[in-house]
Amino acid sequence: KDRMLINRVSMPELEPEIRVNYQDREVNSGLTREMAMQEAIRCMDCANPTCIEGCPVSINIPKFIKNIERGEIQQAASVLKETSALPAVCGRVCPQEKQCEAQCFYVQKLNKPAVAIGHLERFAADYERENGEMSVPETAESNGIKVATVGSGPAALSFAGDMIKKGYDVTVFEALHEIGGVLKYGIPEFRLPNNIVDKELENLQKMGVHFETNFIVGRTASFDDLKEQGFQAFFIGSGAGLPRFMNIPGENYNGILSSNEYLTRVNLMGAQYDETDTPVLHGKRVAVVGGGNTAMDSVRTALRLGAEKAMIVYRRSEEEMPARIEEIKHAKEEGVEFHNLCNPLEYYGDEKGRVSGMKLIRMELGEPDASGRRRPVPMEGSEFEMDVDLVIVAVGVSPNPLVPSSLKELNVTKWGTIVVDENNMQSSIPEMFAGGDIVRGGATVILAMGDGRLAAEKMDHFLQEKYTVN
Amino acid sequence: MNKVVKKEFFSEKVVRLVVEAPLIARARKAGNFVILRVGEKGERIPLTIASADAEKGTIDLVAQVVGVSTSKLAELEPGDYITDLVGPLGKPTHIEKVGTILAAGGGVGVAPLLPIVEAFKKAGNRVITVLAARSKDLIILEDQMRQWSDELIVMTDDGSHGRQGLVTAGMEEILQREKVDECIVIGPAIMMKFAALLTEKYKVPTQASLNSIMVDGTGMCGACRVSVGGKTRFTCVDGPEFDAHHIDFDEMLMRLGGYREEEREALERYHLQHKLVEK
Ligand SMILES: Cc1cc2nc3c(=O)[nH]c(=O)nc-3n(C[C@H](O)[C@H](O)[C@H](O)COP(=O)(O)OP(=O)(O)OC[C@H]3O[C@@H](n4cnc5c(N)ncnc54)[C@H](O)[C@@H]3O)c2cc1C
Ligand SMILES: Cc1cc2nc3c(=O)[nH]c(=O)nc-3n(C[C@H](O)[C@H](O)[C@H](O)COP(=O)(O)OP(=O)(O)OC[C@H]3O[C@@H](n4cnc5c(N)ncnc54)[C@H](O)[C@@H]3O)c2cc1C
Ligand code: SF4
Ligand code: SF4
Ligand code: FES
Ligand SMILES: [Mg+2]
Repeated sequence: KDRMLINRVSMPELEPEIRVNYQDREVNSGLTREMAMQEAIRCMDCANPTCIEGCPVSINIPKFIKNIERGEIQQAASVLKETSALPAVCGRVCPQEKQCEAQCFYVQKLNKPAVAIGHLERFAADYERENGEMSVPETAESNGIKVATVGSGPAALSFAGDMIKKGYDVTVFEALHEIGGVLKYGIPEFRLPNNIVDKELENLQKMGVHFETNFIVGRTASFDDLKEQGFQAFFIGSGAGLPRFMNIPGENYNGILSSNEYLTRVNLMGAQYDETDTPVLHGKRVAVVGGGNTAMDSVRTALRLGAEKAMIVYRRSEEEMPARIEEIKHAKEEGVEFHNLCNPLEYYGDEKGRVSGMKLIRMELGEPDASGRRRPVPMEGSEFEMDVDLVIVAVGVSPNPLVPSSLKELNVTKWGTIVVDENNMQSSIPEMFAGGDIVRGGATVILAMGDGRLAAEKMDHFLQEKYTVN
Repeated sequence: MNKVVKKEFFSEKVVRLVVEAPLIARARKAGNFVILRVGEKGERIPLTIASADAEKGTIDLVAQVVGVSTSKLAELEPGDYITDLVGPLGKPTHIEKVGTILAAGGGVGVAPLLPIVEAFKKAGNRVITVLAARSKDLIILEDQMRQWSDELIVMTDDGSHGRQGLVTAGMEEILQREKVDECIVIGPAIMMKFAALLTEKYKVPTQASLNSIMVDGTGMCGACRVSVGGKTRFTCVDGPEFDAHHIDFDEMLMRLGGYREEEREALERYHLQHKLVEK
């Protein structure tokens, strides 16, 4: 019973005044061993651990936490690896407050803060990486069957991790020059350092996964070419790449860019450093349109690149913001201004074609729409203007069109997402499975990983059946 | 990593590189391009595949040295490696037998025009080509072009080679003389703008191959967006060729200057470094 009296640990953070100067310093600095062991005591090892139901990949949460409590951190890390290919990543970026932690006994029954599952997961994975050997999960004997992934985001990586364990010969094909998808080009260093992703990738490499960068499936080689080379089945994890714009006047002025472009220049290309060749625009008055994680990442990046004023422009209220609560809190601490219930109508440019201002309109919330959130409605006559010299549009993405456009027989929805049977992630072409954002149209890292796992399990059945019949 | 197997300078600022890229050499079609990166700190830049040898597994790139990335590329020697190279990207040119084709290339735009001229000729068209540049030493690939053209006109601004005048003068002469079924223009944006205005006057359907600023080249960033017929299109996946009579060239010209200040500073830094190294 004493367990329940302990207060939830709070994550040590870098001070806001310091961290706004560094794009590459992580905001959350991680729990100490003592803090983690103390927090682990809180977990009651429930007979019916509802937390697991909240985790899309069903991590055995009490089991890994109890290992931490006993100080067996390595063991804890091994438990995580049974189900998750990237625990250090999920511990950092999962919306835990909506998933595992939302289902924790403390929240459900005691009305108290949940066990800090995410922080503990991060701790165990980091501890293993930083101290001693990272354990390489065991792999079955090779069965010689070649399979491939299209893309190298979390969906494809978790698929690859599971298939290599089952003994398949796995190749990951990635269009960009780096492996990791959004984990590399999207999510900034101050939330998810690239070297952490790289370490987890090294692990997959040690297990025998082949990585091919600069390879666009459907372009560099067609699916038929790859089949000829012996690939028996494919997992398509090509993600949601295509950025959306609002199609309002002036949107193509210089200095108005998608969050994908802005974040890619900074995170993938390191454009903020003098020694790199890629340029990035430094704004003094920066407006970021949107209310999701992407918008928060962009606005906080703008601050770190020297903006005097960094603003969120969001058409609903804070309550409806899809961004993680922690990101909104961090953004506020860092001095981001929130202009909620506002929507851009038009942009103005200077004589050189660089954006110089924007016209906005105030919004109010009306009846709930299809998404269940209250629909924002413009308030007539409430237009106003703002001076800006950089605008980042983070209003969503559409599925990457590369694969559907090179596979005419593939069933896609009118939005361009790939249609799969949700019980097995199989597409309309039997040897093609798919998951992650290309199926969901924009979701989370862990949902993408869950899809990858399910696809691996089902593709294994599919291939084993095929081989026993033949 | 892709090996440079051959290098030659067409002029002081225009370099041709033959690069090992067996898969791309096999898969590419006229009109496709690649994105490459020189060095771990390098920038991703697009270059058209000027030609390819599927058997040898090589592609030809022709680049005009204008800034840091193209300078670094031009410094590579045979045996060196290009850090990253991906492709083929973009929609290939729609090649069909239509009758008479007028192909106009300006400056380094002649390089990407070559495979297109070849393909149109092989498809059974009559091909008239107009090459244009500021002066004689900037006219490239003239002999190769002649090989695939029924007629070739060379225009230079200063009259040092061929005829004196702009590309549009050469084009207009043909348009006045005979019926042209389709026109294709590749070159600096400003040249394409005026070529498009000209062919619009003669009501000849025209394709222009755009060179917007790119990052990923896979439709992910939107840097390459252009307005065509009032709609936003992405050059890397929807193009690079579009109906020239509907392209908003003024907007495109403006967008090409989006990073000019940063590029100028980067080039200064680069030259400074070079001087230090030479000392
Ligand atoms: C800025 C930002 C912040 C985010 N923050 C969070 C967060 O905090 N928490 C969270 O859970 N989620 C977050 N998300 C969402 C999350 O990142 C995505 O849901 C997840 O990455 C989707 O994974 P995926 O495997 O489907 O594809 P992606 O990560 O999108 O990767 C797809 C990869 O496939 C490659 N590809 C595409 N086509 C081809 C082809 N034909 N051949 C070869 N390669 C190809 C692409 O280049 C890309 O690298 C964020 C997203 C963004 C953009
Ligand atoms: C589809 C396509 C095909 C191309 N084919 C060729 C070719 O065959 N030969 C050739 O010489 N050039 C070609 N270009 C143009 C070439 O990519 C640019 O000249 C090059 O990127 C300049 O880089 P830099 O660092 O040397 O110069 P910078 O000084 O950085 O830039 C000079 C100018 O080049 C343009 N530019 C800069 N960065 C990029 C970028 N990332 N993408 C596109 N344009 C940029 C801008 O207008 C800029 O003002 C092509 C462009 C496109 C989009
Ligand atoms: S993977 Fe995400 S949802 Fe699952 S336990 Fe870890 S933090 Fe929670
Ligand atoms: S529900 Fe909460 S307390 Fe119970 S096992 Fe899961 S984490 Fe521990
Ligand atoms: S270059 Fe990024 S979308 Fe075209
Ligand atoms: Mg450059």
